[in-house]
Amino acid sequence: MFLKVLSISFILTGFFFFTTATIGLLRFPDFFCRLHATGKGDTLAVLLSLIGLAIYHGFCLASLKIISIAVFYFVAQPTATHAIARAALRCGVKPWAKGEERR
Amino acid sequence: MEKFFLGIGIGLCFLVLLCLYRGIFGPTVLNRLAGISAIGTKTLVILLLMGFIYDRVDMFMDISMVYAILNFIGTLAVAKYLETKGEV
Repeated sequence: MFLKVLSISFILTGFFFFTTATIGLLRFPDFFCRLHATGKGDTLAVLLSLIGLAIYHGFCLASLKIISIAVFYFVAQPTATHAIARAALRCGVKPWAKGEERR
Repeated sequence: MEKFFLGIGIGLCFLVLLCLYRGIFGPTVLNRLAGISAIGTKTLVILLLMGFIYDRVDMFMDISMVYAILNFIGTLAVAKYLETKGEV
């Protein structure tokens, strides 16, 4: 019972971070701001959701593989975000400053 | 508990639709790439939830892992291509 409540709270926290990352992706004014929102929020949300699912499934080989997906994603997603941001910077995209209009 | 997983899955599908707006109408290619990457992230969790709903976790988990790797490699390839091209 306690483990079930713990896993439900983990999954709900992950869903909250998914929602905030999506709102940031839609509402922020600039490409770099959007990337900042989705890069950090989605990484944390995936980590929390997969830990909650692994706790619900119990201790066996399957939950170990779920944790390994989470660890892989925790390394891979910041790398992909960094690659996109560096490509944008080398392509000459200027960061947004206060007072300019949305792009 | 299946009802809870189903609710979370439907909510994530709604968020995927919201991300698809950035994927379609994004001003440049880079915005579209960020939107598609976010969609791939949500699809990973949706696949695992489907495994828990249908009670076939051991099968859907491998699909989810392959989806994570393909999403990472695809994003990296497009970013490298745009970087060597030098313009958006």
